[in-house]
Amino acid sequence: MDAFLIILTGSLVAICAALLGSFLVLRKMSMVGDAISHAVLPGLVVAYLVSGSRASLPMLVGAALVGMLTTFLIELFHKKFKLQSDASIGVTFTFLFALGVIMVSAFTGKIDLDQDCVLHGEIAYVPLDILVTGTVLDHLPYTVWVLLAATIIVVGFVYIGFKGLKITTFDETYAASLGISTAFWHYALMSMVSLTTVVSFEAVGAILVVAFFIIPAASAYLLTDQLKKMLFLACGFGVLSAVLGYYLAATINGSIAGSMATVAGCLFVITFLFSPKQGLLKRKKPLSTKA
Amino acid sequence: MKTAIEVHDLTVTYNQKPALWDIDFDIPDGALVGIIGPNGSGKSTLVKSMMGIVEPSSGWVKIFDQDIEQVRHKVSYVPQRESVDWDFPTNVMDVVLMGRYGRSGLFRRLSKKDKRIAAESLEKVGMLQFAQRQIAQLSGGQQQRVFMARALAEQAEMYLMDEPFAGVDAATENSIFEVFQEIRDSGKTMMVVHHDLQSAAKYFDYIVLLNTRLIAAGPTEEVFTQELLQEAYGGKLSILDQIHAIIEQKGYPVRES
Amino acid sequence: MDWDIVIDFLLLRDPNVRYVVLGSVLIGASAALTGCFLFLRKRALVGDAIAHAVLPGICLAFLVFKTKNPAILLAGAILTGWLSLLFIDWITNKSRIKTDTAIGLTLSWFFGIGIMLLTAIQKTGNASQTGLDKFIFGKAASMVDQDVFVFGGLSIVVILVIFLFFKPLKLISFDRDFASSIGLPVGRYDFLLSTLTVLAVATGIQAVGVVLMAALLITPAAAARFWTDKLKRMLLLAATFGAFSGIVGAFISYTTPRMPTGPWIVIVISVIAIFSFLFGAKKGLVVRQVRQQKMQRKILRENILKLFYKLAEEDGQLYEQRGVDQLTNRRFFIPSQLKTGLQQLLKENLLEKADLDYRFTEKGVEEGKRITRLHRLWEMYLTQYLKIAPDHVHDDAEAIEHIITPEIEAELVHQLEMPELDPHDSTIPYGEKLPNKIKD
Ligand SMILES: Nc1ncnc2c1ncn2[C@@H]1O[C@H](COP(=O)(O)OP(=O)(O)OP(=O)(O)O)[C@@H](O)[C@H]1O
Ligand SMILES: [Mg+2]
Repeated sequence: MDAFLIILTGSLVAICAALLGSFLVLRKMSMVGDAISHAVLPGLVVAYLVSGSRASLPMLVGAALVGMLTTFLIELFHKKFKLQSDASIGVTFTFLFALGVIMVSAFTGKIDLDQDCVLHGEIAYVPLDILVTGTVLDHLPYTVWVLLAATIIVVGFVYIGFKGLKITTFDETYAASLGISTAFWHYALMSMVSLTTVVSFEAVGAILVVAFFIIPAASAYLLTDQLKKMLFLACGFGVLSAVLGYYLAATINGSIAGSMATVAGCLFVITFLFSPKQGLLKRKKPLSTKA
Repeated sequence: MKTAIEVHDLTVTYNQKPALWDIDFDIPDGALVGIIGPNGSGKSTLVKSMMGIVEPSSGWVKIFDQDIEQVRHKVSYVPQRESVDWDFPTNVMDVVLMGRYGRSGLFRRLSKKDKRIAAESLEKVGMLQFAQRQIAQLSGGQQQRVFMARALAEQAEMYLMDEPFAGVDAATENSIFEVFQEIRDSGKTMMVVHHDLQSAAKYFDYIVLLNTRLIAAGPTEEVFTQELLQEAYGGKLSILDQIHAIIEQKGYPVRES
Repeated sequence: MDWDIVIDFLLLRDPNVRYVVLGSVLIGASAALTGCFLFLRKRALVGDAIAHAVLPGICLAFLVFKTKNPAILLAGAILTGWLSLLFIDWITNKSRIKTDTAIGLTLSWFFGIGIMLLTAIQKTGNASQTGLDKFIFGKAASMVDQDVFVFGGLSIVVILVIFLFFKPLKLISFDRDFASSIGLPVGRYDFLLSTLTVLAVATGIQAVGVVLMAALLITPAAAARFWTDKLKRMLLLAATFGAFSGIVGAFISYTTPRMPTGPWIVIVISVIAIFSFLFGAKKGLVVRQVRQQKMQRKILRENILKLFYKLAEEDGQLYEQRGVDQLTNRRFFIPSQLKTGLQQLLKENLLEKADLDYRFTEKGVEEGKRITRLHRLWEMYLTQYLKIAPDHVHDDAEAIEHIITPEIEAELVHQLEMPELDPHDSTIPYGEKLPNKIKD
């Protein structure tokens, strides 16, 4: 049962992250996703302190706000201070993350967070954390409920917003010429990324969630030329990584989230070598139109 | 003749640096207009500010006597081909269907009619047999024609196209030009950013000659003089360059508030 | 806080403290120096990937050799650091995956492996494993002489190599095409720079840890860039910032043992950076805004003089005294600004006080003439050379008149063949000529 719950948790994280990560990869914003996932940490700590509980509504809101603040700061440094964009990303997220780690150390004991949790989460403890309410909620751990809700939100967002995400990702200027608000879709996507980071935090930590965002999406990107298929494949890669990662961790007795990321990377390398379209061993000349 | 586009004292800057300066001209309804100028002369910027994609520092553009927001659905825009990443995982038909998003909205299913219109547009540019082709596997000329088809699918009254002939061979260029003529003959206005001086005289009724400043705008035979072309492409306007450099360096305001 | 410890640290009494400070300074400086080149080549985030990628190397080295000997752990770190660079290049070159995704992918994959190995090592209960996790968030104070010898020594090597190869490294960072056109082996210097980066990162993790190492590379460079345009000064500044935050980090690490050092170093260097973004002498926001304001004030003063001259043209009275009302009747001024503008003009001896009013001095007349002349010359230029209709040129000339330098003015006069009248038939006032009454 525990194995099932842990794999379920990992898979839910993987599905949310893979869907959003596919768009991050296609928008060339992978590193912005990385930055956001690091930077929500101080928001999380503050929310913990204020609300005294975990994964509650104020916490989601607080962390999502910090996620937005990150994108905003990156743009501020870039546009207002005229700092080149890669450096603005680097400066912003290291600063916010450092702040978060210090807060975690300073408030040890007051909050239920420690450095290990920040780094790779505590997915192994997920099954233990069951609410006692005497209702149907008792059947599944708290984290799983939260992740289920988040998955519904993210899947709904991608399903309903599919066209908007697609057109603003593929051709931003054209979308603007049709009167579509590119800023709206940008910030909507970023807030979903923040939300996913926050709800996945306890399971996989701030840094490893990046692996769930980027790696399965990159593998899927190598395999297909259809956006919808890419989304499904990315979810598939994510879930597969979660399953295999769990057993790898059990074998070597290491961090489960770390093992899931490891498996995701290995699956990427296999795809990279053997993909029929983009695979290294199959292709004769590059199809890429990269500038 | 009715005026289709009115550009009034338009100035656009990117971080202080002027890309367009004090542009002022009118375009009559139903004209096939070429926007000509050297690299970096602000051609794309002009088209983008007509579409309301970039904010002007001063001045305004009116289309059919109205603000672009009121007539957006009547105007169709084709961005420069290099502005998108052709590795994006999608196929030709899907790209052309994006031309229908403006009308059908982002949240409604595309109808049979939308699909029929998209297919017809592809037919017009001779790309129907490639409808299911992945866009990464198109040649430059084919990519260009896909963009054209997407614009046609909008069924607009006016077309603004940014370098539709870039990276296109002679045969494709001819067939694209035929489509242009068809559009013009149906009474619609077209503005086309173009690079090649030689063919420009042949293609367009009306020409806007640009080099950050407006050099000239008018019927082709009036604008296409050796002297004016020299002005647009020659180094004769070095004073302007000096001024622009000072503005950018020191951050002078381009307009007094 | 225990003040004895603070004083111990500050006086460098304890030889251990001396080691720690020396190590932190060297590490901070070498990371900042290599970071400058990464920054200038817009590869800042590659540094982040390398930093995360050294973790599995350290763990593997420990697993294989069962030792915490710093030299061996360092070798492991350098190995996987280099591997991550190759991996990034490999997938971007051989597939349609773009650089940012390649970086993020490499970073999170290598880090995932590192975490997996680290946790596995920790659970073996091997007594000697304690302390490996200091490489995650850094712990400067735990450096012993052996560490300083290895880490500090390598930092010195990095600094020396940068010093020796300054010229070619500068060239390949600014103008690769030119560098290869003069026969510089660009590929080899790329390799050198990459190696230096890996070395700097691998040594830096002792102080900051792998997660935040990127800051020690990028942030000092970003901060330094706001103070200077010269590469040498930028390197010097960045190294100073890096070293300073290293010392502060060591201090915190020494005085509050439970705190991780890395985050504090990052906070210090980030604060320096944000200060630089605001107040940096070259590109800082405040400096730019002050410059803008100065310019606005100059424009205002020139507009006042031009108006004086215009009024003089109208009534033919150059030295007539004019009140604030007369000025504001003709042109909109913000009253407070007008007042300071007039004060300034008095001080510069361009206007003089007459009762409650103001009037031109001789010097003022020349200045008023000059602005008017530039305005009208520019209008001429626009109509003649750019075929802009005369009723469209005024606004443009209002802005440009303040920009035209004497050289450009000479050029304009030359190209326009010293015109007498502007497009609206007003006389263009040159040198000593007195203004004629305006025609209407
Ligand atoms: N987003 C931007 N930010 C900053 N500067 C820009 C931006 N877009 C364009 N510019 C600058 O504005 C000027 C005009 O650019 P624009 O793209 O309009 O020129 P163009 O005539 O279309 O050139 P091309 O023939 O190369 O397409 C150029 O100097 C360009 O560098
Ligand atoms: Mg262009």
